[in-house]
Amino acid sequence: MRIAIVGVFLALLALLAVGLTLNPREVPSPLVGKPAPAFQLPRLGSAERFSPADMRGKVWLLNVWASWCVTCRDEHPVLVDFARTKRVPLVGLNYKDQNDDALKWLSRFGDPYQFSVVDADGRIGIDYGVYGVPETYLIDRAGVIRFKQIGPVTPELVKGKILPMIAELER
Amino acid sequence: MNRVIAALALVLLSCGALAREAAPLADDPQVEARLGAIAEELRCLVCQNESLIASRAGLAMDLKNQVREQIKAGKSDAEIRDYMVQRYGDFVLYRPPLKGSTVLLWIGPFALLIVGFAAVWMFVRRRRSIPAATLSSQDEARADALLGTRADDSSR
Repeated sequence: MRIAIVGVFLALLALLAVGLTLNPREVPSPLVGKPAPAFQLPRLGSAERFSPADMRGKVWLLNVWASWCVTCRDEHPVLVDFARTKRVPLVGLNYKDQNDDALKWLSRFGDPYQFSVVDADGRIGIDYGVYGVPETYLIDRAGVIRFKQIGPVTPELVKGKILPMIAELER
Repeated sequence: MNRVIAALALVLLSCGALAREAAPLADDPQVEARLGAIAEELRCLVCQNESLIASRAGLAMDLKNQVREQIKAGKSDAEIRDYMVQRYGDFVLYRPPLKGSTVLLWIGPFALLIVGFAAVWMFVRRRRSIPAATLSSQDEARADALLGTRADDSSR
């Protein structure tokens, strides 16, 4: 009897320990493994338009950012470093932002993006299941989302997850 | 009499004016009612313990507008829920569907309840099987002496 009680207690303790290491804010995206939702959006600071279909045949990253997003500022240097390697195209999705603010932000902190597209009303963000900026999507040659990072991209994530996945997807 | 009619007419007119002023708050009460029913069952992604209908977060407002638009476009409640699930997963539903990944969620509490009842039952049964403590006649005599009870009471 005593052993059973101790056993139950330890089991609950183990559950608690596992629970504490999980991030409840991270909602598993149903979009991983599904085609990236289509859109047609104007580029930031240009009249050209962009659609994910333009990237067919390439592995690429879509990073959701905004000038009002504080965490994006922490993430930014990591993206600038990543862009310098020119490993894969990095496209920005400027989410619910003012164009002027966005452009100012990029000129102040550096622009790691091949270009950014403007999602002024956040509609495309909803299609992509965005709920907390920054978010980053890794999209393969066929236009399928392979990985989604909720929250900032870290150097560890680039090294440990994103680069190996890119290598695998490009094989 | 004319004055009374004029006053009544004014009252009625002012009612109309008030009604028109209130209109933009809820342009279509039917849509709002359905929005309320649907959004009450959806979780706000930003503040996760709040329903979509209660949340004032920016994303929640956008999602409510999406639901509104879809109601106006004639979508059914199930279609609107599917729209949300496709983007945010079962997590947005306060009542997730019963399937492999959610079995524990649905069954877990009942399983724990059964475990609890079993534990209580075992505990009670053990208690019952313990013989009631009895005193030897010597101990009883000593107890009587200490407590100062009369000897003839000890025959109980």
